[in-house]
Amino acid sequence: MQMRGNNRSEGHRLCADEQKSDNRHAAAHTSGSYGNHSGRPITVLKRGESGILDRIELPEPDARRLMEMGFLPGHTITPAHSAPGGDPRVYRVDGSEIALRRETARHLLLR
Amino acid sequence: MAECHDSATATLPPLSEGRARHIVAIVGPPNSGKSTLFNRLTGLRQKVANFPGVTVEHRMGRMRLDVGREVFLVDLPGVYSLEPRTEDERVTHDVLKGQMKDLPRPDAVMLILDSTNLGRHLALAAPILSLGLPTMVVLNMADDLGRRGGKVDVAELSRQLGTSVALVSATQGTGLQQVTEFLSGATLGAKPKAPLMQLPVIQDVPKCRDWASNVGRKSDYHAPAPPIWTRRLDAIFLHPVAGPLVFLLVVIGVFQTIFAGARPLMDAVQDAIEASGKWMGGALPDNAFRSLLVDGVWSGVGSVVVFLPQILLLFLFIGILEDSGYLARAALIADRTMARIGLQGKSFIPLLSAYACAVPAIMATRTIENKRDRIATILIAPFMTCSARLPVYTLVIAAFIPERPLLGPLFGTRAAALLGLYVLGFLAAVLTARMLKSTILKSARAPFVLEMPPYRWPTVQSIGLRLLDRSRVFLRRAGTVILGVAVVLWVLANLPLHNGKAPEIGHSLAGMIGHAVEPVIHPLGFNWKIGIGLITSLAAREVIVGTLGTIYGIEGTSQSVGLQAALRHELTPGGAAALLVFFAFAMQCMSTIAVVRRETGGWRWPAVQFGYMTVFAYTFSLLANKLISFLF
Repeated sequence: MQMRGNNRSEGHRLCADEQKSDNRHAAAHTSGSYGNHSGRPITVLKRGESGILDRIELPEPDARRLMEMGFLPGHTITPAHSAPGGDPRVYRVDGSEIALRRETARHLLLR
Repeated sequence: MAECHDSATATLPPLSEGRARHIVAIVGPPNSGKSTLFNRLTGLRQKVANFPGVTVEHRMGRMRLDVGREVFLVDLPGVYSLEPRTEDERVTHDVLKGQMKDLPRPDAVMLILDSTNLGRHLALAAPILSLGLPTMVVLNMADDLGRRGGKVDVAELSRQLGTSVALVSATQGTGLQQVTEFLSGATLGAKPKAPLMQLPVIQDVPKCRDWASNVGRKSDYHAPAPPIWTRRLDAIFLHPVAGPLVFLLVVIGVFQTIFAGARPLMDAVQDAIEASGKWMGGALPDNAFRSLLVDGVWSGVGSVVVFLPQILLLFLFIGILEDSGYLARAALIADRTMARIGLQGKSFIPLLSAYACAVPAIMATRTIENKRDRIATILIAPFMTCSARLPVYTLVIAAFIPERPLLGPLFGTRAAALLGLYVLGFLAAVLTARMLKSTILKSARAPFVLEMPPYRWPTVQSIGLRLLDRSRVFLRRAGTVILGVAVVLWVLANLPLHNGKAPEIGHSLAGMIGHAVEPVIHPLGFNWKIGIGLITSLAAREVIVGTLGTIYGIEGTSQSVGLQAALRHELTPGGAAALLVFFAFAMQCMSTIAVVRRETGGWRWPAVQFGYMTVFAYTFSLLANKLISFLF
């Protein structure tokens, strides 16, 4: 992690802090049964069933990458096909089809 | 930060009058068709060059304009934003900011976006426009957009963005007139206008996305209907049962075709080379020059050029799989295996391209953010069976394994042996990766994110250009490295002179070197001639074939029996197996060593890698020799 931190710009760090406080804020208002956090992960969605993304609980660079791929809070997510065994799975989001491993997808929480 | 979103209104630095060429950077998200457009525009005139410190993928090409001037186009790696997070994103970032060594800041930018997913892709326009360079937005895949019932008001989008906008299809070649016009204009130094919609803070992804939605809405953008055919095909290719079966069939089909399908073509090339060699031998007077030309150069280079059809066939398949979109599905199906090795999904694409050549594969690891994962991927990439091994494998397999059908006429013993060698290389990579990831290169896993592009018909032009490019690379290598080695080898094989005549090869300098290494390689079942081949193949793997061609060309007795028969004479089955295993595992490639040094910034990793792979190869060759000798 610290290896990646080196070339962050000032604006970036700001953005990360904002997001963290957003997360805390959101966590205080929703309740659920997922681990230490609240909210259901997108992995609970069945194929073809849609949900709205609330937040991504991943380190900032990873979350940012996912947001650039279309996983933005407020966007509708629909699971589609998967590799044999159900992992990784393709998710339809923002006009694209993006495959995520379960280990990543479980940090994307639904509204 | 100030340099980013404030500079939208900044004035363009004046174009220097004396500059002969103008540089236009091609930027866009991955898979938006940048390279297709690049190839379209530069066509066969493109000069593919590695520019300093940058990967082969970041190509420069020249495009002549009607007016007699020319522009240089720079094809940059695909990015989703201008945040330099990975090495290849840094290249794009540095080129656009004018921070790339030996390359002046581009005079203009061409932003290529996928028109079928403009909502998301327009978000990239914000950071690009904030660069303050003259920009053209090219909406690609117009044919798809129209067919699937989407639309966009190009004139309005152009007004909103303050740039010229063209709706094109790079594969069909439609709408390119406007692009050419822009490129002519760019060389005149058109000043960029500020977009109507104020640009968002470009570090804020949700704000950029909202900005893109607003611009899209104002430009009457209607997203197309979902691609029906892609969904139908995915229902088969990603089916829990049918999917893996198709995957397996594709893999088997590729190997069988590479092996059996290439035969007639290879035979034709072989005949042509032999006939021309004979003709030259007859036409020239009998002197040292004839010997150098016919025995040294022609048989050395010729025996490698024979494999061109096979390598082109391999690249044809890779091209079709890549362009059609199936490769992403294959990556999805194979991901579980990658996860089990401890590597992340992003390592899959570099490792897959290592099947063509380790050099671009090692460069492709720049997309991996995590440094330890990147080093691990670099270290195992040369284990993947690259196309340079193909000549060696084909030669030895054809010499030692009789062709018998296994799965009907479609899959024979030889193709199976070849597939086995590919699997062997993969297993060595897996073993090494596991070892590295559980010891010196431990790291947390980064998320696997892979976009599934819609299926598309590969176009003849796009694949044809790539095959042409590959042929050039292959023939250039045959004309330089392999030719050089052949000449040096011929000299070594003809010295010292014996009473003014060339010595027998066993008593020549080359022979002495071969004899010197023989004790080391004898346990593997190799004699001194193979030893010479092993030494010359340090330059590049396929050189061993050329070397053996030269040695047997010089050694008059076996000239008529051909390379395969000569090998059968030289090697026991155990030795043949050991040779295959040695080439599967050893790092016999100068280019790879050089690129690892460059990408890891020192000699430490290439030295470790070379040592490890050589010891690994030696150990397993020894085992293979003993095992096969014991069995047969």
